Amino acid sequence: MEKRSKPSPLLFTSSDWNFDDLSRAYDAIREIAIDELHLDFYPNQIEVISSEQMLDAYSSIGMPLMYQHWSFGKHFLHESNLYRRGRMGLAYELVINSNPCITYLMEENTMALQALVIAHASFGHNHFFKNNYLFQQWTDAGAILAYMEFAKSYIARCEERYGPGAVEAVLDAAHALMPQAVFRYRRRPRLSVEREQARIRERLEHEEQTFSDLWRTLPQSAEAKVPRPPETDISERQSAIEYPEENLLYFLEKYSPVLKAWQREILRIVRVIAQYFYPQRQTKVMNEGCATFTHYTIMNSLYDKGMISEGAMLEVLQNHSNVVFQPHFDDPRYGGLNPYTLGFNMMRDIQRICMEPTAEDKDWFPDFAGNGDWCGTLLDAWASHRDESFIRQFLSPALIRDMRLFSLREESSDPYYEVTAIHDERGYERVRSKLADSYDVGMTQPDIQAVAADLGGDRKLRLKHTVHHGGTLVEDSRNETLRYIQRLWGHEVSLVGVDGTTDATLYEVSSKELG
Amino acid sequence: MPNFIDRRLNPKDKSLGNRQRFLRRARDELKRAINDRIKSGKIDAVDSNQVIPIPTKGIGEPTFQRSRNAGHREQVLPGNKVFGSGDRIPRPVANGGKGSSEPTASGEGEDDFQFALTREEVLDLFFEDLELPDLVKLNLKEVVTFRPRRAGYTVSGNPTSISVARTMFNSFGRRIALRRPKQAELDAISEQIAKQEEDKRPTPAKAQQLAELRARLETLQRRRRLIPYVDPIDIRYKRFEPQPVPNANAVMFCLMDVSGSMGEREKDLAKRFFVLLHLFLKRRYERTDIVFIRHTHEAAEVDEDTFFYSTQSGGTVVSTALEEMLRVIRARYPAKDWNIYAAQASDGDNIPNDSDKCVSLLNETLMKLCQYYAYVEIIDERESEMFRHADNGTSLWNAYRQVSEVWPHFEMTRIAKPSDIYPVFHELFAKQPAPAKRS
Repeated sequence: MEKRSKPSPLLFTSSDWNFDDLSRAYDAIREIAIDELHLDFYPNQIEVISSEQMLDAYSSIGMPLMYQHWSFGKHFLHESNLYRRGRMGLAYELVINSNPCITYLMEENTMALQALVIAHASFGHNHFFKNNYLFQQWTDAGAILAYMEFAKSYIARCEERYGPGAVEAVLDAAHALMPQAVFRYRRRPRLSVEREQARIRERLEHEEQTFSDLWRTLPQSAEAKVPRPPETDISERQSAIEYPEENLLYFLEKYSPVLKAWQREILRIVRVIAQYFYPQRQTKVMNEGCATFTHYTIMNSLYDKGMISEGAMLEVLQNHSNVVFQPHFDDPRYGGLNPYTLGFNMMRDIQRICMEPTAEDKDWFPDFAGNGDWCGTLLDAWASHRDESFIRQFLSPALIRDMRLFSLREESSDPYYEVTAIHDERGYERVRSKLADSYDVGMTQPDIQAVAADLGGDRKLRLKHTVHHGGTLVEDSRNETLRYIQRLWGHEVSLVGVDGTTDATLYEVSSKELG
Repeated sequence: MPNFIDRRLNPKDKSLGNRQRFLRRARDELKRAINDRIKSGKIDAVDSNQVIPIPTKGIGEPTFQRSRNAGHREQVLPGNKVFGSGDRIPRPVANGGKGSSEPTASGEGEDDFQFALTREEVLDLFFEDLELPDLVKLNLKEVVTFRPRRAGYTVSGNPTSISVARTMFNSFGRRIALRRPKQAELDAISEQIAKQEEDKRPTPAKAQQLAELRARLETLQRRRRLIPYVDPIDIRYKRFEPQPVPNANAVMFCLMDVSGSMGEREKDLAKRFFVLLHLFLKRRYERTDIVFIRHTHEAAEVDEDTFFYSTQSGGTVVSTALEEMLRVIRARYPAKDWNIYAAQASDGDNIPNDSDKCVSLLNETLMKLCQYYAYVEIIDERESEMFRHADNGTSLWNAYRQVSEVWPHFEMTRIAKPSDIYPVFHELFAKQPAPAKRS
């Protein structure tokens, strides 16, 4: 009886969504996010898009604005092929680390799914973007969209001026070096887009205004009077180079003897984008775990309050369990550890350890087991870790047992794999540390640095690949990449593989030999 | 309060530029694939959308990647069931499991990468070798134009196409059915009322009658107001149906010498020649039939596959093909209903004396029936130097020159490479009426 007199507490009843329902659900979710989870997030901007637009966004590495390049077209075709053949579902959402934080919702989603997605992306990811130290340190959420706008129009203008072929040649080469285009330790000055743009604009305008065809007709002697840059200039530039430099794109942008100003600017754009995505590469597990944990907690809370119906909750749970599905290693569907699963499980596990610790947990995690404040513990973890350190610190024996993790060692010369550790007393430490290692970008990315360049002499650029654990490079791809570097450097480029422990030279390859 | 934005109506095809850039990048590979299609596919399939698988060569995105097969590594996997630490498991044989397949240069293993090319893109690639002038390409790619044609009536439409007659007709019927008072009827009553009102001292009966008349007038007037003269439901619009611009039918005869001297290369060139003529006809005519006639020392009408792929041995008697063509025309394609186009490909061989017979066949009957007759002689690249001058050639060539002197719509040329084909059609395309005419 009472129910009838009061308006229904349900946020929505139909599976079709509309903007009123969305807005009501958003407000309810926001309340829980703030009151129960104490999340701190950028203002949200939620955009509804169609599947085709989602494919568009996918192929341009998830940015709403992107310059044009054939590789994005290739990914678009590839993904739309997969999608049309039903081999791939599209993500329900896409979220961009910007301020305001932009979340894309697919129009095909049901209302329950939209609510789930809002909780996941607009609050989970959003909180993570705003609070994780890596994002705070490396990305500038407020400036990225404006920067992309600038990048897009700058590259479009270059195409107009210098031809799409010339721009493509630079971009191809720059893309090949994207993984080697980040500063991992040094902090670069924060980019100010406005200043950047003004700088470029001024320079271009100056060029345009001062361009006069008459200069071409001046007698040669006029040019001869202007002395060639003296030797000191080269030696000055030479001594300004800092070795070793691991950010190869930065190195090329600064010191390449052949690049023109616009080409350097393009390298810079690619580098800035690579740097922007660097934190995301390091926090896949945490980021997805945080978002999944957030949506799981919020949706359950909504259900407990009677704000969503059982039917909707079932749908939510079904989608949730699809997301955190982890096939075993011997399953044909296995494609690596699912970051959603690992992250979500670890965070649930932290919650458990805080609230109901076992003796083992107290032993392993004395500083927070049973502290009763799971929320604070998680907020702290989200803020101050990346995948590698998060796993190293928080992966519990209980979870290792639960997921039945084991570590497997393979040696290229050995016809056998060796199981080095399983979920037992002797194995926990090793499994945990090996798993953490596998998320360390520093360990998985080949370590390649520029070590010498003789600007005054033969102008040969020397790169050094420090090989860890015998992990050499895929040859075809390596040689192609080396050719690209030569294109940017303009002269011979050599790559030497040196064993990290013995300093023995493993291989040496030069762009000259490759032709 | 979040900021909701509905982006669904934003312009689509944001990635069109990327797609075009990619196509340009993969052009060589695509062209090779298209040429293979043309060799193996049907003539009329060229003019359609195609899905084309291409290898990833040239479209890879290399980076420095750690090789999976070198050195040692240790990884953590989920779902251990039977292993204890220290167990040694035999490495799975190549391609059996993880770690065995080297990633491709693109890093994603997209080996069965497929393109869905639109008709336009296919045609672009097809035209590339043929060196067609741009205008001709545009003409060929042009889509069918439609002309609106009257087709009955409809209840919705735009105001300019209201059919007044039909609307009034409906209105009239409705007015009768609903018994809408006519103006004359109202006038008559008003007149009676006026007449009675003149009577200054009416009898009660008269007054009664006057009141009745007034009441009646009022009813009728109300009824007139309620039943409109023209109601929206009466309105009919002329319906127009888009109708392809009426063209007559065309039939295209493909004649080819299939004797042993015609090899792979000759047949491929011949096929391109036929495809081009077919494209042209398909654009101009609503219905295009193709008849394939092959000949050695005897001719027969065959299907497309047999035409291009099966070989037959024998001599070469060209006139048999012409006779066969004549027979087919008489049997199925009367010249008054069909535009007849013929394309003949040959290497120029013919038995002696037969060429004269061909000339007389063409001059006396066939050329009168045909809209256009194109003859290509497929020659070796080496021979092309030798036969630079038109007045020097095989027996068939020399004989046909007599025909071409008499008939302006007889074209002949020698081709040694794809770009030689276009000149044969030059006249044909030049004579094209501008597309605008057919709007």
